[in-house]
Amino acid sequence: MTLQTGINPWQSHPAVIESITLEVAGVATFRLRLQSEELAASYRFEPGQFNMLWVPGAGEVAISLSADPNGAGPLDHTIRAAGNVTRLLFRQTHGSVIGLRGPYGTSWPLEQAVGSHVILIAGGIGLAPLRPAILALLAQRDRYESLTLLCGARSPDTLLYPAERAEWERGGMKVLTTVDRADGQWKGAVGVVTLLLDRLTLPDPQQTTVFMCGPEIMMRFCALTALDRGIPAENLWLSAERNMQCAVGLCGHCQWGPNFVCREGPVFRYDRIAPFLNVEGL
Amino acid sequence: MSGKPRLAVFKFASCDGCQLSLLDAEDELLAIAGAVEIAYFLEASSRVLPGPYDVTLVEGSITTPHDAERIQEVRRQSKFLMTIGACATSGGIQALRNWASSEEYLRAVYARPEYIRTLSTSTAIADHVKVDFELRGCPINHHQLVEVLSSLIAGRTPRTPNHSVCLDCKRRGTVCVTVAQGIPCIGPVTHAGCGALCPHFDRGCYGCYGPAAQANPSSLNDWWMQHGHAPQQLVPLMRNFNGYAPSFRSESERLERMAATSHSSDQVGGNDK
Amino acid sequence: MTNLPLQTTWFLPRGELSRLIETLRADGYEVVGPTVDQGAIVYSEIRSTDDLPKGWTETQGPGQYRLERRTDDAYFGFTVGPHSWKKYLFPPLVTVSTAERTPDGWSISDGKNDPPKYAFLGVRACELAAIAVQDRTFLHGPYVDPVYKARRDQAFIIAVNCTQAASTCFCTSMGTGPRCTRGFDLALTELPAGFLVEVGSPAGEALAARLPLVEAAEDHTREAEARRQNAVDQIQRRMDTTGIRDLLLQNLEHPRWSDVAQRCLSCTNCTMVCPTCFCHSVRDVSDLTGDQARRERQWDSCFNLDFSYMNGGPVRNDVRSRYRQWLTHKLASWFDQFDVSGCVGCGRCITWCPVGIDLTEEVAAIRSSDGLQRPPVSPAAT
Repeated sequence: MTLQTGINPWQSHPAVIESITLEVAGVATFRLRLQSEELAASYRFEPGQFNMLWVPGAGEVAISLSADPNGAGPLDHTIRAAGNVTRLLFRQTHGSVIGLRGPYGTSWPLEQAVGSHVILIAGGIGLAPLRPAILALLAQRDRYESLTLLCGARSPDTLLYPAERAEWERGGMKVLTTVDRADGQWKGAVGVVTLLLDRLTLPDPQQTTVFMCGPEIMMRFCALTALDRGIPAENLWLSAERNMQCAVGLCGHCQWGPNFVCREGPVFRYDRIAPFLNVEGL
Repeated sequence: MSGKPRLAVFKFASCDGCQLSLLDAEDELLAIAGAVEIAYFLEASSRVLPGPYDVTLVEGSITTPHDAERIQEVRRQSKFLMTIGACATSGGIQALRNWASSEEYLRAVYARPEYIRTLSTSTAIADHVKVDFELRGCPINHHQLVEVLSSLIAGRTPRTPNHSVCLDCKRRGTVCVTVAQGIPCIGPVTHAGCGALCPHFDRGCYGCYGPAAQANPSSLNDWWMQHGHAPQQLVPLMRNFNGYAPSFRSESERLERMAATSHSSDQVGGNDK
Repeated sequence: MTNLPLQTTWFLPRGELSRLIETLRADGYEVVGPTVDQGAIVYSEIRSTDDLPKGWTETQGPGQYRLERRTDDAYFGFTVGPHSWKKYLFPPLVTVSTAERTPDGWSISDGKNDPPKYAFLGVRACELAAIAVQDRTFLHGPYVDPVYKARRDQAFIIAVNCTQAASTCFCTSMGTGPRCTRGFDLALTELPAGFLVEVGSPAGEALAARLPLVEAAEDHTREAEARRQNAVDQIQRRMDTTGIRDLLLQNLEHPRWSDVAQRCLSCTNCTMVCPTCFCHSVRDVSDLTGDQARRERQWDSCFNLDFSYMNGGPVRNDVRSRYRQWLTHKLASWFDQFDVSGCVGCGRCITWCPVGIDLTEEVAAIRSSDGLQRPPVSPAAT
């Protein structure tokens, strides 16, 4: 946690872009390495946490790590070109330097889920923040009863990590996919990701843990379905998104009810934020 | 954009003040001139190059049939069209004609009004063509213009703060002229950009930058009416350089209706909630 | 600075107030305090007693403030104005980071953080409470704000007990005043002949030792007490804080939010004058070449549409949700975040609202019809 205890919480550190890999249209994985070897060696993160990436002149943006959390590997961030900063990131090249600070926020409760059936639900780019959890779960596959990934996207060509998903299946994770709009080749399901959860056989709902990441409305409905199916509210976890500017609970932008999403989140236990999940404009 | 982006500046019905703001940006002008190719800017150079243009700045409002056609051609030649100033963004001070008879004006001003071909309204550029960005102000703030141009050159979407003038008063420590001195000021419903200039010099804001995002001028006017101002006194505050901007326009028309009612029933002020 | 018992009280003859200012200035402090400017009593640098608002007072009401002459020459015969001390501790604009393009990429460094040593003269009880509230935000969380810390660590605080109240004051409801009890180095109570002086810290004691103080006579003590009681007696405004956190969080869909949204201008004035509001934004500023960039931190407000902006638009896309955010944060979720109320009862947000919206009225309205619109039952409970 070297980066967090710095004197200045806004102090960004130069990081080199080692590679940029296009995943699907408008989404790429940026592999970053901290320029300072000392920082790079000591940098650790938990699945679900995020970094603040800075393109000087354009601004900072909060991006979840999608890297492998096991060991001090490269820092992968799967990013969708959406706003000013992310669009400029896409115009960087290998070897470009940007600023990085982090990691920040809460993480997926992998230890708490030991011994249970784990279901991961991803909507669109929401699969990226789940990737470190998937890799960590697979690395300790025998500690979990079963692993299931439910993936939704707009169309088949926007489903993230196609090659890796096959690898994850071979590693012992059941992977189900659905799309809003299918094309001729599509063999998976069509419809919202909630349907996959609806149809899933749950051997032991009480001993089932759900991690969700995607649009808020998707997570709201998935949570209701999960509750319906008998999964306890305290076993449901979701990753929320708000405007994060400081990432350290000082600037006030990311408030959601009493929470600073950057500090109490982004990963929340469902029952702790349920009262706020259904209030429009909170 | 390959090579330097090509910049064009077009003038419609306006005073040229916004174009001059660009020329006023002395510290940055050379850098801008170096970063773009100035293809059309009559105020600055007689060299005129044909379109298409990467970035087009449009000053002024549409007041003649000829201009209504010309703006269509400007749009066709422009990849990114940005209005600069109150005239282009909301019709300008000349939009006061929209509440009057332009024929009467013509007869009053011109010896031979039959030579004048004009529209009965002064309208914003966005009423005629798609506008990619609006830079507010009467005139525009040249720092904002430079920032917007820098953004475009760097490939960023330009963004200017859309909060109220009050925020800027408070940031610079200016005491509220309405609360402390009773001066009517429309800063609370006016878009930032000037750096809260007028209140700093002890006078009320008169709305050069037009309505702030989701402005609520009715509440402000209701408050003043409750404190002794008649609706007809408040109409001119809403009808200034940005009087035809939708939120100011509907509010001044509401005030006029109230003034008419209060005359007939001899009541001044009221709570039109 | 805190937790020192209030010991012997001293008396500073009126003519010696200048010695206090001179001594602090000689010690390298920039003394800031009340002064008359722009038709109000604001905080600014104080070089001598001539800068103080001698003989001035004010009247305040919702959306109204008027400077007035007093019938005496009191230096501190007023309450609180449009400024608060946060403008010194949490400045409206600072640079927090800079970057310069080098052949190897970006060289990144801290913004300059070398503030003057401030001595605050004339801090009221509600303002001491406000500073303590901001201390929790900027100093006592998991992350420390270096900008605030550098200023706060060096600050010397001279409190002044209120001897009168404005119509907008409600510190008694919030338990923050009007008596200054902690969080100061020295505290003064103004009497016609001089100032009763209480010592609140070792630093205060050291300074007091260098002032021409005499031991307070019983008459002085009694008169000071009477004057402080006068402030208590003048406070008319009340806010019932019983169960206020739950009251507000359980009424997130109350119709009153739509009602106040009709009146609210979303102009940010209440948040700017609030001595505890801490929200800010950080933006990049760069030159045309793009080779130099700096990150600037500015006061921001939850009333701004862009404040909650995310890809896809703002989360709080109407005035209703923004006013609700402000009030529920201030009076309810502040407890969750900082274990204290975000409101100290200074009344600034009432006075400086251009349309006189009064949060005590809004709370009372919700309380009087509590339960009208309960939110949907939490799914956790089903």
